[in-house]
Amino acid sequence: MPKRSDIKKILVIGSGPIIIGQAAEFDYSGTQAALSLKEEGYYVILVNSNPATIMTDAEIADKVYIEPLSISFIERILRKERPDAILPTLGGQTGLNMAKDLSEAGILDDLNIELLGTKLSAIEEAEDREEFKSLMERLDEPVPESRIATTLSEALDFADTHGYPVIVRPAYTLGGTGGGIAETHAELIEIATNGLDLSPVTQVLIERSIAGYKEIEFEVMRDAHDNALVVASMENFDPVGIHTGDSIVTAPVQTLSDREVQMMRDAALKIIRALKIEGGVNIQMALDPESYKYYIIEVNPRVSRSSALASKATGYPIAKMAAKIAVGLTLDEIINPVTGTTKAEFEPALDYVVFKIPRWPFDKFATADRHLGTQMKATGEVMAIGRNMEEALLKAVRSLEIGAIGLDDITFDEMSNEELLQALMPARDDRLFMIADLLRRGVTIETIHDKTLIDEFFLDKLLHIIEIEKALAQHVGEIDYLTYAKKNGFADETIANIWQQTTADVRALRKRSKILPVYKMVDTVAAEFESQTPYYYATYERENESKKSDKKSVIVLGSGPIRIGQGVEFDYATVHAVKAIQRAGYEAIIMNSNPETVSTDFSISDKLYFEPLTLEDVLNVVDLEQPIGIVVQFGGQTAINLAQPLVENGVHILGTTVEDLNRAEDREAFDQVIKQLQLPQPLGRTATTVEGALAAAQEVGYPVLIRPSYVLGGRAMEIVASDDELKDYMQRAVKVSNDHPVLIDSYLVGQEAEVDVLSDGHTAVIPGIMEHIERAGVHSGDSMSVYPPQYLSQKVQDEMTQAAISLAQAMHTVGLMNVQFVIHENTAYVIEVNPRASRTVPFISKVTHLPLAQLATRVMLGEKLADMGFETGLVPADDMVHVKAPIFSFTKLPDVDSLLGPEMKSTGEVMGSDTTLPKALYKAFVASNIKVPEYGNVLFTVADDDKDEALILAKRFSDLGFALFATSGTGAYFESQDMSVEILDKISESNNNSVEALRLQKLQVVINTTQADDRAESDGRLIRNAAIENAVPLFTALDTVNAFLDVLESRSFTVNEMK
Amino acid sequence: MKKRYLVLENGSVYEGESFGSDTDVMAELVFNTGMSGYQESITDLSYRGEMIVFTYPLIGNYGINRDDFESLRPAASAIIVHELARRPSNWRKMMSLGEWAERTNMPGITGVDTRELTRELRDNGVMKAAIVSEVTDGIIDDIKNFEPSKDMVINATTKTQYQNPTDGVSIALIDFGLKNSILRSLAKRGVNVMVFPANVDAETILAANPDGILLSNGPGNPQDAAYAIPTIQTLQEKLPLMGICLGHQLFAIANGAKTYKLKFGHRGFNHAVRHLSKERLDFTSQNHGYAVDRDSLSQTSLVVTHEEINDHTVEGVRLKNHHAFSVQFHPDAAPGPHDAEYLFDDFLNMVADSKKETTQNA
Repeated sequence: MPKRSDIKKILVIGSGPIIIGQAAEFDYSGTQAALSLKEEGYYVILVNSNPATIMTDAEIADKVYIEPLSISFIERILRKERPDAILPTLGGQTGLNMAKDLSEAGILDDLNIELLGTKLSAIEEAEDREEFKSLMERLDEPVPESRIATTLSEALDFADTHGYPVIVRPAYTLGGTGGGIAETHAELIEIATNGLDLSPVTQVLIERSIAGYKEIEFEVMRDAHDNALVVASMENFDPVGIHTGDSIVTAPVQTLSDREVQMMRDAALKIIRALKIEGGVNIQMALDPESYKYYIIEVNPRVSRSSALASKATGYPIAKMAAKIAVGLTLDEIINPVTGTTKAEFEPALDYVVFKIPRWPFDKFATADRHLGTQMKATGEVMAIGRNMEEALLKAVRSLEIGAIGLDDITFDEMSNEELLQALMPARDDRLFMIADLLRRGVTIETIHDKTLIDEFFLDKLLHIIEIEKALAQHVGEIDYLTYAKKNGFADETIANIWQQTTADVRALRKRSKILPVYKMVDTVAAEFESQTPYYYATYERENESKKSDKKSVIVLGSGPIRIGQGVEFDYATVHAVKAIQRAGYEAIIMNSNPETVSTDFSISDKLYFEPLTLEDVLNVVDLEQPIGIVVQFGGQTAINLAQPLVENGVHILGTTVEDLNRAEDREAFDQVIKQLQLPQPLGRTATTVEGALAAAQEVGYPVLIRPSYVLGGRAMEIVASDDELKDYMQRAVKVSNDHPVLIDSYLVGQEAEVDVLSDGHTAVIPGIMEHIERAGVHSGDSMSVYPPQYLSQKVQDEMTQAAISLAQAMHTVGLMNVQFVIHENTAYVIEVNPRASRTVPFISKVTHLPLAQLATRVMLGEKLADMGFETGLVPADDMVHVKAPIFSFTKLPDVDSLLGPEMKSTGEVMGSDTTLPKALYKAFVASNIKVPEYGNVLFTVADDDKDEALILAKRFSDLGFALFATSGTGAYFESQDMSVEILDKISESNNNSVEALRLQKLQVVINTTQADDRAESDGRLIRNAAIENAVPLFTALDTVNAFLDVLESRSFTVNEMK
Repeated sequence: MKKRYLVLENGSVYEGESFGSDTDVMAELVFNTGMSGYQESITDLSYRGEMIVFTYPLIGNYGINRDDFESLRPAASAIIVHELARRPSNWRKMMSLGEWAERTNMPGITGVDTRELTRELRDNGVMKAAIVSEVTDGIIDDIKNFEPSKDMVINATTKTQYQNPTDGVSIALIDFGLKNSILRSLAKRGVNVMVFPANVDAETILAANPDGILLSNGPGNPQDAAYAIPTIQTLQEKLPLMGICLGHQLFAIANGAKTYKLKFGHRGFNHAVRHLSKERLDFTSQNHGYAVDRDSLSQTSLVVTHEEINDHTVEGVRLKNHHAFSVQFHPDAAPGPHDAEYLFDDFLNMVADSKKETTQNA
């Protein structure tokens, strides 16, 4: 069927901010979809609230709206644009829910707008538990037996009928709190009773447990002609029991015979046909390791994280094909873009092994529960490709950037075999390393299998790696062993550690011995047909397929897996750099390890190397490609950290030199620059011992801001107010040494603000000043940020501009730099300089219409800003106001304290833009999914130091008609100041407490601040958790409340008595 | 492990390690792109006279089991893999692929850059090759002079007639090197199968009074099995007939078509085939080096029913005015998708319809 000509204008809905479970993969799918529809000649309108995305770039769609993904705003866009159709299945669950809401509200019928692709009824059938169950029954496809229980006896009845173990899932609790697996009658009584108690609706789902089954995923496509195919099959290393997003995954399936593969393929195709899906579907299945018995676990009727992984793992661009199918094309009409000659109607054949490992945020969230279960906790993932599993696995390990190059870098020496075996279940994020350590100690595969039910095939791959470790140790310097280790994915560094040599020694030996990687193409067809895709991975074999072209090339390093502090913003910058490099006439080569991103779409660059971002892996590509230089400024700290070693290996870094990069990151050198420029800076000291730190803090004066050097995202940064707290910090948070000093700065109270600077070493352009809503103390990544500044004085703005310009010039910045300030007593103090693209680049680029990453790349390639028409100084702002607001994933990480502080906690961001600050703020709040109530009850529970300020805010709420509630201390203070307030009890005292009030939906806003040594802290934490659990707006910084009140006031008319 | 060498007729040499038998072997070299199903492929008699290169790099992951044999012994002359699994794992596993290769004396070579090898075969077409323990001076000439056996079908077929008796419809299956999966597909449908050797004559079959004829798959060049042509010509006049793979090629030749050798064949199961009249696409299990020449059909009573969607090779034909059709691919799958299994039902429906006609006419 040819594509539809009755529709012209199509709206694509994005997935909004990055949260755990919905990350960069939807930027990838949305971008692909938009480009794919444009390619077919449609007029594409795109809406997303997330500015840090490629898809919201003007060049991706014909029209882009960065607006909240809420019915009212999308309706406005629909009424204005009058599209013929909406494509909702490429924006994750957010996009899909939005389409459902629009349809249910009658807006689509009213405006005569069609939903493209899969029908809503099919989506309902796949997503609604009951409908799904009955569909599977009709199809004769098994699902795990389950029932909803509202009493303990119902739960017990189910287990008696269907047998143990059973899974208990309480309804509507934060992160599935209170659930668990019951092996016995007694356990079920305990878990179900607790679960029913915790569930606000006194309801639990009891499900037959299939934990321990093999978890298999199929990515399936279907078109309107009923052609259906399997793009990829994937097998989880971790058996059923861990969320697939938190599971280690291999592609294709490894331990299934063809009979099993075909049985499951039949089921997958039957389901996609029954649902009449037009596009892509992810089907998760569980297979009994001892029989043909299987269950369908879940069907996602849209593109997903798994489909992004499958696309990168196979080369088959699922989202792109899904978009074409949605406009009526059939798979046999679409050309496979990888081969350029064969049809999209084929099932990819892989001739390599893919290994995916999730990236968890536990390095940032030290208090979080590291156990994995049904709630996904990973923020990102890495993928690696090899010609055997050992190679793919070890490449994936070193792509994670968790301080491990090999499996031997994380060991558990303090734990006994028995302890370590016990720690395997329930699994933690570091289980892979635990297993490796057990095997290293001689514990058998069988023992580990019995404990974890991980397939012995996979365990044997780990054992093989351990055997090679041991063989290397016995054969130091022997070429045969070196070759064998390289073929099995060992990094030079791992070999060097075992041989007690330097990595450079091993590298030199390897090069002398001609043990060099070759690069093989990912071509979807296992070499059966010639392909055009410039998508490569390294391995140690005979034939190299990647040939250096005659064109001069530039390598851009990506930013690796998404983690707190290093998000999709850097992928945005990476992709922009590529465009600029291509426009300048060079070949642009990307290296990255993250399958979720746009940058690892092979159609973005001239060549893609899907490789770990370690020195060795980068040098290997450099050896082959001989680029004129490498761009490190856009890959976050990942790439910046490689700058120095790359230069030491004779590689040319484009832009700011390594010496100058180091000057920004080395405390002493940076202080010199600041002194020289006579810039105001908070008093600061460096310490390498605990005693030194105490002395430094005395000198600087408490409170101090303390952190280790070389950090990203404010890791382990805290504000401490006393010697005791300082000692505690030094013991708990850092391993201090001469190489790793801690920085101790005077903590100045004041507003924060920041600028990005674009500089060619002479001309320094400040595209705009961003003013933070929250004062210093809240990490800049967690602050709401406003452009242009609304409250900063002209004096301060001038100081910031001047300081940033002189810093850029003094540090010979070529490219981008980010400077952060604290505004204390109307003076701008420099607090931090990052000599690279920061996470604000997409935001500031979008609001100023200056493509900063592209301009910076041109500058790095030698162009002068003056020639581009820029002059030194601050670029004037237009009359719109833009607010960037952080988004958190606390619902997924129940043990992480939601209290904001100097440690970054947000996972994503949204943008609100309008003509006034309150309007822009309103949009930012709506886009953040914060309900902006018209009236209701506000709970205050604040630290003593904040009470005066809180009183003023409380008064404003009261004037708007809100009723005030407070905990005892805050309440007493309010009453003493003649504010009428209802005081709630402490949680231990009675049921008339804040947590109960939140459960009963009695409170509409919660304001909670704490002091570091607050005795009431345990209650505070419970209140914050309850607010998050019940989706009640929670503010832990009074400045945010102030902004929130500005919005409320601007939206309400005043009612004043006559005087 | 012992070093072994794969030598191609164009002079390329690939070094690897031996598994299974250490005997030297010479055969045609072909590649297979299936990511699973090595046991079925290795025992598929159509691979007689061929060495299989598996493009998927990990082979043997789930071992060898009791149920997935397409014939009881290795059919392929040898296999070439990138990595042979040392510790297979699957609930049905009886032994490892390496152990089985040893027991059955099948030569194997592991540690080969199979992607490079596949690219070479793709670019140059199938080649003759040898696996040897020593690369001697004359080896290339020996390979060039090597002539594949013309008796592959006769060596593969059953020596005697046998039956899988049921009370169902009776189908005479002519065995040119048949895959067990065809027997399984028929057994699943309750068919009373009578299997005949490849060189059976029409009279013998008709004497058994079957309701329909099925021509099986088999190895080699269809011209080498020309003795089956008159049998097919006689039978198609009298009974409904279906052909699979080599059976398809022989059926086409029997009706005046020509066959030719493909550059590197179709071996795998990710190719889609279009059913022209039903407008449906199926993923099909394929293993063939020869194909029916589309141009040669114009002079015949055959019409094309199926084609490959990329290279448009003929994948199925039907005889006008007769209840007879054939397909190049394997509706019996094993390994590969079950998408085209409906063809057995089509065939049995055709047999049933034809029986009704006969009864009515009688």
